[in-house]
Amino acid sequence: MLGPDVSWYLVIAGVLFSIGAFGVLLRRSPLIVLLSLEIMLNAANLTLISFARLHGEHDGQIFALAVMAVAASEVVVGLGIIVAMSRRKLALDVDELRTLRG
Amino acid sequence: MGNALVWLIWIVAAFGCLGSAVAVISFGNPFFSALALIANLASLAVLYLLADAEFLAAAQVLVYAGAVMVMFLFVIGYLGGRADAPFAGGPSWVALASVLASAALLIEIVVVIGLKADDALTNAADVEAAFGSPAEIGRIFLTDHLLAFEITSIVLLVAAVGGVILGTRTRAEQELEETDARA
Repeated sequence: MLGPDVSWYLVIAGVLFSIGAFGVLLRRSPLIVLLSLEIMLNAANLTLISFARLHGEHDGQIFALAVMAVAASEVVVGLGIIVAMSRRKLALDVDELRTLRG
Repeated sequence: MGNALVWLIWIVAAFGCLGSAVAVISFGNPFFSALALIANLASLAVLYLLADAEFLAAAQVLVYAGAVMVMFLFVIGYLGGRADAPFAGGPSWVALASVLASAALLIEIVVVIGLKADDALTNAADVEAAFGSPAEIGRIFLTDHLLAFEITSIVLLVAAVGGVILGTRTRAEQELEETDARA
């Protein structure tokens, strides 16, 4: 394999996942929370693809494709909820939406 | 392609990927965050390409950086991206706790990989040139992983139906709009 070892890909994926998790915890705008979730999903995809390369099997790449489809579906539903929220004149701030909190 | 050139491309892509990820979570305006995420997805596609996943790199650019992000930008344009400054007003308890939690996650991930792996990660398997090509992925998707393929299509169908249901106006919203119009 030319270039860096698989372990370097995994380090990048780990750092990327942490950055995404930090964004989800820190930001209050639901749009940016969704964007950070995309970063986390892509970090997981990078891990799957690195391990697929390490073992020389395609299964990880198939899994990554399924993750992409699930991520696309998640974006459709998430953005639909955000648009519905704004139509009902709710504040677009995840700290303000605490109706379901016990 | 020489080894040094691959290393160079890898380093550029990896730093582009991390830098744009930091940009996504630090821009106040969601529109700029979405643009930074497009850069992030594109540099990830380069990393996929270097890991011999040609078809996934193409799918990443088409599906993610193309379709999904265009949808994101449409919604941000529709809602008029409201800025919330993430780092304004000095460090808050939320920011501090978020840093601690994500740093703990990172250390856990790295420790787990480091302890479990030893030197198992250094020798990647030898693969033929067709590894990760559209033909190979398509063949495996329609033979060994046919069930996953069909379930993926059902997930997408359910998401499309859900998007339509979330997008239609409900009676409560119509009444809300009518009271707004009267006021």
